Amino acid sequence: MSIPTLTPFPGGLLLPAHKENATQSPIINAAMPQRLIFPLQYPAQQHHTVPAVPQVSVGDTVLKGQCIAQGDTPNTSCIPVHASTSGTVMAIEDHPVPHPDDTHTRCIIVEPDGQDKWITRKKADVTTLDNDVIFDRIAQAGIIGQGGAGFPCIDKLHSQDKAIHTLIINGAECEPYICCDDSLMRERADTIIEGTRILQQLLKPEHCYLAIEDNKPDAIAAVQKAAKDTAIDIIVVPTRYPIGGELQLIQTLTGQEVPSGNNPTDIGILCHNVGTVAAVYHAVALDEPSLSRIITLTGDSLDKQGNLEVLIGTPIDSLLDEMGVNRDTLSQVIMGGPLMGFAVHDLNSPVLKTTNCLIAATREALPPPKAEMPCIRCGRCEPVCPASLLPQQLYWYARDNDAKALTEYNLFDCIECGACAYVCPSHIPLVDYYRKSKHHLRQAADEKARADKAKQRFDAREKRLVEQAAARDARKQGGDKQSAIAAAIARAKAKDAK
Amino acid sequence: MTANILIAIFTFALLALLLGSALCFAAKRLKGDRNALVEQINAILPQTQCGQCDYAGCRPYAAAIAQGEAINKCPPGGEATIQALANLLEQEAVPLNTEHGTHEAPQVVIIREDDCIGCTLCIQACPVDAIVGTAKQMHTVITDACTGCKLCLPPCPVDCIDLTQRVAA
Repeated sequence: MSIPTLTPFPGGLLLPAHKENATQSPIINAAMPQRLIFPLQYPAQQHHTVPAVPQVSVGDTVLKGQCIAQGDTPNTSCIPVHASTSGTVMAIEDHPVPHPDDTHTRCIIVEPDGQDKWITRKKADVTTLDNDVIFDRIAQAGIIGQGGAGFPCIDKLHSQDKAIHTLIINGAECEPYICCDDSLMRERADTIIEGTRILQQLLKPEHCYLAIEDNKPDAIAAVQKAAKDTAIDIIVVPTRYPIGGELQLIQTLTGQEVPSGNNPTDIGILCHNVGTVAAVYHAVALDEPSLSRIITLTGDSLDKQGNLEVLIGTPIDSLLDEMGVNRDTLSQVIMGGPLMGFAVHDLNSPVLKTTNCLIAATREALPPPKAEMPCIRCGRCEPVCPASLLPQQLYWYARDNDAKALTEYNLFDCIECGACAYVCPSHIPLVDYYRKSKHHLRQAADEKARADKAKQRFDAREKRLVEQAAARDARKQGGDKQSAIAAAIARAKAKDAK
Repeated sequence: MTANILIAIFTFALLALLLGSALCFAAKRLKGDRNALVEQINAILPQTQCGQCDYAGCRPYAAAIAQGEAINKCPPGGEATIQALANLLEQEAVPLNTEHGTHEAPQVVIIREDDCIGCTLCIQACPVDAIVGTAKQMHTVITDACTGCKLCLPPCPVDCIDLTQRVAA
C-alpha cells in the first residue's frame, strides 16, 4: 500500500448532496421499453467522432449484443453501436437525442421482442489473454467514458505512447443528486475491481488508486473488501465539488496539474470512471458489449426514486413513467446534475452511455433561472474556480467576443463545472457564456483551417495554369521541329521493337 | 536683423529638405512592405475565390484593397470580414455593398452524378480544384475542398450541380 499525500485543488464548493432519496433501495432493472433508440453518433462533445454506418436494414431481426452500426473503415474515431436487446429494426431515421440544443441525429430504432436473446459470447480467462485481444475486445464493445464527457475508452487507452505510471479509477461522484456510481460501488464492487485489474494487466502502472469521496462510507467499505489482496489502493478523498473532475482528482491524488492543452496521458496518468471499468470487465471477461448502465432517477416529481440498470437507448419518458412521474408538478427533466447537466428538450430522447442521472424536477426544487443582473465585479467567482481561471475576465471577454483575450485567459481550460455561476449573486449563467464562446472559437478555427486549405489549392492552381500557359506559348513559338520529328520516330521504333 | 531672418529661412529649408528625404526613404521602404500588407489582408479574406468582388480571386482583391479599393465587396466574408479589414487598415467599417451579393450561410455544391455527362467544364471553372473527373466520365466534388463559390454552376450544360448547406464537420 502506498497512500499518496493529498493535495487540495484550488477553489471548489461544499454543496448539499441531495443523494439520500435515491440511495435507499438497491439497484433495480428497468422494465423493457416499447422501443429502443440508438444514435449513430454521439452528440458532439469535445472530441470528434464520425457517425457509425448501419449494418442492418429496416425489418431485420437483431440479437442482444449484436453490432448494428460501426465505422466502415478501421481506425476511424467511430464508436460501434450494439442492440441492447433482441428485436426488430423498425426504422433508421432522424430522432431527437439529448443535447443542450434541441438536436436530432440519425438513429436506429429497434422494437424489442421480449426474448432478450443474446448473441454467442466467448467468456475468457482474462489472465491468459494477449494485450491485443483485450484492446480489441474493448474497442469492439463500444465503451465510452461513463463519467460525463464521454471520451471513447479505447482512444484513452491507445493514447498511451508514453507509459502510464498512475492509473486512477474515479469513484468521486461529487455533483449533487447523482449516485449511480455510489450504488455501483456498493453493490458491484467486484466488477469494478476486476475491470481495474484488467487495465492493470494491460498498462502495468506503478500505482493504481481508486478514489472515493468520504461521504460514501458504504461504497468505501464494499470496495475495500473487494480490493483486498490486490494492488489497488482505495483512497478516501474529501467531499468537495468538483473533486470528481478528472483534472481535479489527478491534482488531489498526485499533486500534479495537467498542463493546459494536454491530456492526463501526456503526463503518464490515466483516469477512468468506475462505471467505465465495470464495462471493461463485461467486455473483456464476459465478451459483452456496453449495453446498459446504471442511472439515478431522482427528483421530487417522481413517486419512486432510485438507481436503475437501464438498457442504452431506452426513451427517457418510459423511465419516468416507470418511476411514477407526476406530470402536473414536473417542470423540467435535467440530464446529469444540477450544475453541469442540461434540460432535456424532448422526453422521447433515449438515454445515452453518458447519462448518469435524470432529475425530474419540480418548480420548487429547481426553479427556472433567475433573471440575469449586471455583473457587480464582486469577484466571488474567482476563488471558487477549480481551474484557477478568472471567470469575471472571461465573462467580459466572452461578451466582447474577444477571441484573442479569451485564448490568453485560457478559456479552454474551463471544465464547465458551474461553480462560478452557482455563487454569482447576479445570477449570471457564466458557463453558458463560456460554452458559447468555446463554440465560436472552435468554429473560427475550423473556418480558418478551411480558408487556409482553399488558399493553398487556389495558389497551386494559379501556378499550374501559369506553367501550362508558358508551355503552350513555347510550343506555339515553333520549338525545334526537327528534334520533335526525330523524337516521334524514336518512339515509333521503340514500339515496333516491342 | 536681416541676417537672423536669413538664418531662420536657411534652417527651415534645411530641415524641410532633411525631413523630406527621410519621408521619401520611408515611402520607398514601405513599398517593400506592400506584399506583407497584401498577405495580411488576404489572410482575413475567406478564400472562397468566388470572384463576387469582381476580382479573379481573394488575393487579387487583397492586392486591390492594399491599393485603396473598398473593403465591403466580399459577400462570403460578410460583416465579420469587413470589421477585421477595418481594424487592420484603421478604417471605418462600412456595410456590405450588396451589389456584389448578400452574405449567406456556408454552402457547398454536389454533382448529381447520374445526370453528369462528363464535359469537364465545371472542372475548368473550379478555382480550388475541388472537382475530379475526366472527359466523358462522371465528375464529383471533393466536398471538403469546395468553397461554395458557385463558379461551376453557370458552365454546366445539364444543370446537374446543386448547392446545399455545408454540414459542420
